[in-house]
Amino acid sequence: MNVIEADGLRKRYGDTEALAGLDLTVPAGTVSAVLGPNGAGKTTLVRVLTTLTRPDAGTARVAGHDVRREPGRVRARIGLVGQATAVDEVLGGRENLVLFGRLHHLSPARARARAEELLTRFALTGAADRPVATYSGGMRRRLDLAAALILDPPVLFLDEPTTGLDPRARATVHEAVRALVAAGTTVLLTTQYLEEADRLADTVAIVDHGRVVAAGPPHRLRADLGADRVEVVCDQVADLARVADTLRAAVAGPPRVDPEALRVSVPAADRVATLATVLAALTDAGLTAADVTLRRPTLDEVFLHLTDRAQVAA
Amino acid sequence: MSVLPTSGPRTALADAATLTGRALRHWVRQPAPVVITLLFPVLLVLMFGYLLGGAMAVPGGGDYREFLLPGMFAMAMLFGIETTYTAVATDAARGVTDRFRSLPIARWAVVAGRAGADALHAVAALAVLFGCALAVGWQWHLGVGRALAAAGLLLLLRLAMIVVGVHLALLLRAPESVAALQILVWPLGFASNAFVAPQTMPGWLATVAEWNPLSATVAACRELFGNPGWGGAGWPADHAVALAVAWPLLLIAVSGPLAVRRWRGLDR
Repeated sequence: MNVIEADGLRKRYGDTEALAGLDLTVPAGTVSAVLGPNGAGKTTLVRVLTTLTRPDAGTARVAGHDVRREPGRVRARIGLVGQATAVDEVLGGRENLVLFGRLHHLSPARARARAEELLTRFALTGAADRPVATYSGGMRRRLDLAAALILDPPVLFLDEPTTGLDPRARATVHEAVRALVAAGTTVLLTTQYLEEADRLADTVAIVDHGRVVAAGPPHRLRADLGADRVEVVCDQVADLARVADTLRAAVAGPPRVDPEALRVSVPAADRVATLATVLAALTDAGLTAADVTLRRPTLDEVFLHLTDRAQVAA
Repeated sequence: MSVLPTSGPRTALADAATLTGRALRHWVRQPAPVVITLLFPVLLVLMFGYLLGGAMAVPGGGDYREFLLPGMFAMAMLFGIETTYTAVATDAARGVTDRFRSLPIARWAVVAGRAGADALHAVAALAVLFGCALAVGWQWHLGVGRALAAAGLLLLLRLAMIVVGVHLALLLRAPESVAALQILVWPLGFASNAFVAPQTMPGWLATVAEWNPLSATVAACRELFGNPGWGGAGWPADHAVALAVAWPLLLIAVSGPLAVRRWRGLDR
């Protein structure tokens, strides 16, 4: 069963088309990552799905209810962690959670009990009575997440939950997401990090210019995208051509040459085996290199690849 | 754990009360801004009453401080717009308003909660200022009933300022712009009968001052408290109480729907 179903969503702000006919489905109990650069339409998508923004066209159902016709029912079934911190900065963590518990119509006693549970779960008990304004970025995010989980909503939306966090705070958020999914929550998160999508998500939807340009499980997408590459960084510009020729002969797939970075790269279809082949070929040819690495494609390269493919298809 | 959201006016009122409680907690956590807003009008009473008051003449005679205080009561209500604006604009600029909007609560409950807190703030401001007024020799002369009616008119003006403040805050969504508002309330306050009689102003300005919504409330309060009036004749002066009811209602009727539209406009 699909918990999120978006069909042909369109939203225009002036001259910019934030959503240009976006389709997306998220099955129950999975993590779906919406991956894309700034301005791709990720936040607009989350705002439409959480009833904060009305789409110009298209339909979306969340937890079985239409976001336009039954926003109240949708709101009762979702949690949202937006990009901006959405907790009260003047109040303490405990006061915030009790406040949001009351606004979820818990009794005062239950709101307090729930606040304690969440403070413990997100390791905020020690700072519970300090004003949120004194919290670190990671603590705020955790409190934000806790506030979204008051009622254990079946669907949770996280808009760039780790942007601007240090690696440790990021790991804490990842852990929390995994625990939620293990408990049956459906999660949709947006991210600019390929690695994050790769690590957390069952399915990834790559969004550009308000449209899904590729979707599927991360491993299949990666295979689709020409997978990892072996990169050889040369000692000098003069070596570039010879290295490229050597790699062309040794490995399937054309080498890409970046003269500015003194870099030659080839697709690593067999990963470590390809790396070994490259090293052997360089040694046989009597070539030296400053660096040889096996690397996953960056988001930039993914987009380059996808737009290239679109141009070829057109 | 699932709690079905109950909707309906009673739940919405409870939500509004919860949000009013949130604002009161802010006052406890950060008392300084509230104390300043409560004491600033007192400072003005002392400045105008004692520093400038000696040079002021009340048209038709009478004590200047008796003349001044109804003006200060109304000014305090006007200043209230800054409190409303800052609170609403701060929430809108951060993600807090979005969080409220993603909760299963009536949207009007958020505004009603704010209005509840600001109404309490207005009552506190009036109480402090009444205390100060009595201390400097001001009195009401026509009975408690009329004095309460005057207080009601003052709170009605403040209610209009709540609505206008919410509208402006949702329009600009920039809490730092309150500085502009703080400056702009002054010409509005001075181009009225709050401090001096409009007849002492140049003709066109006197007309503006006579018709200023603030003047209507001030004149009506002077009438109901039995304090010396500005002695003006003409339609606005003769119908001060009616105008003091009509002006705030008109402001609410114009700004209210615009504020609601802005609130809905957050959907975009």
